[in-house]
Amino acid sequence: MSLMRSLLRAGRRPRLLAVVALVTLGSLVLAPGALANFFTPKSGGSPNADSIDALYKIVLYMAAVVFVVVVGTLLYAVFQFRAKRHPVARQIHGNTRLEIGLTAGAGGILVVLTIITFIYLPSIIDAPNSGSGGLALSASLTPAKPPNGKTLTVCVTGRQFIWRYTYGTGCNKQYFLERLPYSYQEMVVPSNTTVNLLIQSQDVIHAWWVPKLGGKVDAVPGYTTYTWFKVPSAGHYFYGQCAQLCGRQHAFMTALVKVVTPAQYTAWLARQTTLIREQNNQVAQLRQLLIKEGDLTSNGIF
Amino acid sequence: MATTDYALRPAPQVLAHEVAVPRTRHKWLDWVLTTDHKKIGIMYLVLTFLFFILGGVEALLMRSQLAVPNNTLLTGETYNELLTLHGTTMVFLFVVPVMAGFGNYFVPLMIGARDMAFPRLNALSFWLLLCGGIVFYATLFWHPPQAGWWSYPPLSSIQYSPSGGQDAWIFLIHLTGISSLLGAINFYATIVNNRAPGMTWGRIPMFVWSILIYAILLIIALPVVAAAVTMLLADRHFGTHFFDPTFHGTPVLWENLFWFFGHPEVYIMILPGFGMISEVIPVFSRKPLFGYKAMAASIIAIAFLATLVWAHHLFTAPIPIVVLGFFMLSSFLIGIPTGVKIFNWIGTLWRGSLVMTCSLYWAIGFIMVFLIGGITGIFLAVFPVDWQLNDTYFVVAHFHYVLMGGSVFAIMSGMYYWFPKMSGRLASERFGKFAFWVTFVGFNATFFVQHALGLSGMPRRIYTYQPNMGWSTYNLISSIGSYVLGVGLVMTLGNFVWSIKHGKLAGPDPWKANTLEWFTTSPPPPNNFDTIPRVRSVEPMRDIRREVEIQTRVIQKTGGSEQFAPDREKHLART
Repeated sequence: MSLMRSLLRAGRRPRLLAVVALVTLGSLVLAPGALANFFTPKSGGSPNADSIDALYKIVLYMAAVVFVVVVGTLLYAVFQFRAKRHPVARQIHGNTRLEIGLTAGAGGILVVLTIITFIYLPSIIDAPNSGSGGLALSASLTPAKPPNGKTLTVCVTGRQFIWRYTYGTGCNKQYFLERLPYSYQEMVVPSNTTVNLLIQSQDVIHAWWVPKLGGKVDAVPGYTTYTWFKVPSAGHYFYGQCAQLCGRQHAFMTALVKVVTPAQYTAWLARQTTLIREQNNQVAQLRQLLIKEGDLTSNGIF
Repeated sequence: MATTDYALRPAPQVLAHEVAVPRTRHKWLDWVLTTDHKKIGIMYLVLTFLFFILGGVEALLMRSQLAVPNNTLLTGETYNELLTLHGTTMVFLFVVPVMAGFGNYFVPLMIGARDMAFPRLNALSFWLLLCGGIVFYATLFWHPPQAGWWSYPPLSSIQYSPSGGQDAWIFLIHLTGISSLLGAINFYATIVNNRAPGMTWGRIPMFVWSILIYAILLIIALPVVAAAVTMLLADRHFGTHFFDPTFHGTPVLWENLFWFFGHPEVYIMILPGFGMISEVIPVFSRKPLFGYKAMAASIIAIAFLATLVWAHHLFTAPIPIVVLGFFMLSSFLIGIPTGVKIFNWIGTLWRGSLVMTCSLYWAIGFIMVFLIGGITGIFLAVFPVDWQLNDTYFVVAHFHYVLMGGSVFAIMSGMYYWFPKMSGRLASERFGKFAFWVTFVGFNATFFVQHALGLSGMPRRIYTYQPNMGWSTYNLISSIGSYVLGVGLVMTLGNFVWSIKHGKLAGPDPWKANTLEWFTTSPPPPNNFDTIPRVRSVEPMRDIRREVEIQTRVIQKTGGSEQFAPDREKHLART
């Protein structure tokens, strides 16, 4: 009750309350500022994510200057020109020169921002070559092309509520899609290798997003979209999540990217291929058994 | 009025008298049958604020679910229903129609008209809005829609949203769309034809300018979404395949159509707010609006550019890079007229004599939070940066800063400013300021950390999250903030409800304001004015007060701080 009363008493002194409010706000801004990613997006996985982060920071610094100047002017006006301190208002209708100047200034900032964006753009959308220690690759005819044209292609297929990854060139073709090795939810990729992602969806719109590996790309049924990443060293896990509302379990449509050495990757791929083949054989045997026992017709109906 | 009184405290004489109204036997029937723009305006405001409360409760439920990781308060299904209800309610049933409510009440008064151009059409607009709201909220008893307020197909198609809730959403868009469209035509006709003598285009109050442009944008944007939802309805029930990729339709068509409406809609929601702020700030700074022409021109420029920026909602969709570049530049351009407005509001405050009323508090709060929302808009317009930020809580924070912090703060400022005109009584200033600070702190606590949530990788529209993601602290702060925000808004709305009966009597012109609505009694009689003065400037009431000064040789009180300062007597003695 006494807290309520003191709050109400503070309400009679708006300036005190204003200070309390600003201090609360300030501490809210600064206290978690020590934590990572309060002011900047995630980076440190792939060069495109790093470039986006660098571009973001430039925008942030410019924005901070604009914010401080404008809010500073506003607060100065509010405290300096209150009726008590400044009883007679100056009857100014405008100042064309000042208005044109400020408009040109705002325009200038945006021109600078545009130029900076287009300077950074190539490092975000153009994939680099795989490093010397990366996987040996063949050239493929897919959109995100590094200068030597060599990438590892992985097809990312979204469906409610899981991601499927198919490894290898041609994975967006139905014939290969059924024959290439694949995995669900967890993607395994070699380090120091430019990985080209072909993103598709089987049902509703999803969005592929692993923050540390670059920006997000929508998976729209009927379209193929592309992105790429390149992680310099092995031994990392990167977490991602579907970013477009796709239904009731949207929150659980997650992705994990595991980066291993090229040798480990080759071994994993071989093992995965064998596992899939063995499982398929087992399923085929089971199906034969069920048909023989009469539980299943030959066209797959129970 | 005695002549002695007049000499002591001369004031502009009000030339408006209560005329006999034909009353039906029942008072409520008067409201149902009315075509009076003021009664319709009040009904708009009451109805839309009820929807605001509903939308707020839905938001608080969602924040409660997200307060801690792995919460089981709501299921994914309920959460999706709530986010669809919340977004749709706030956009279609609160912010757009509440502006129509203010416009209905004040546009005819401000331009010296007796009513809207088409009074019966006006009543139809209101009742269609109510029908839309009923159709939509009736789904609470069956299956509310779950596809979000964008309703992107295929998620909103019959395969993935088989329930009738999605159809109710479509009918809501149709009904509120027709309501807004009829209202927009009405506003346009009223403003173009029914202005007071002498009120040329250069003398129209800025709020009326903003409602005019709001009406034009509605006329441009609404038919597009009406067509889109009709196509969706046909896809769902009549076997067409506009948005179905398996039959060579495309969901991207919906995305383009929806946002071609959706982005002008954002400015439909904010422009009238700009207009209110441009009325409030000059009155309480005791100064003319800084750069009237630039202010009117910037509204028109914003409206024009608003139709050219829609694809900045689609930066992650399958669209060529060169198109993204175009939409980045057009989105940058819209920042320039918006910047002009902020400069000119500050220019109006500059060297004024600020009367710190609740209305001005909300207006200054508006500039601060809208500035943050505007600046984060520039981040999102840089399309490579948007690839990281799109569909995350950063976007949620951004549009709540412009819509909640922008439109709602402006609406509250407008409510405090016009409440005495509508009710005849002043809302409590002291309690109102306290409520303002509670709301302001709550608002920033709720939404500022959401920028950080987005930057640390939390997508929007997820109903729960794992504890090891680093999102728990921010979410808890945001949820606590949302309760504070809720309390602040309840206090603010409570202030208005309480003041209807218990507030101090306002008199015709408590603020010594500039525009014609203050030339009549509070509340105004059904015919608004007996005589409409000839308008000679953008501030007709100021001219009238000056005229009274010249004729009576008594300086008019500016209506400055002496009216509202707690140490009123002292202040009067000093001046």
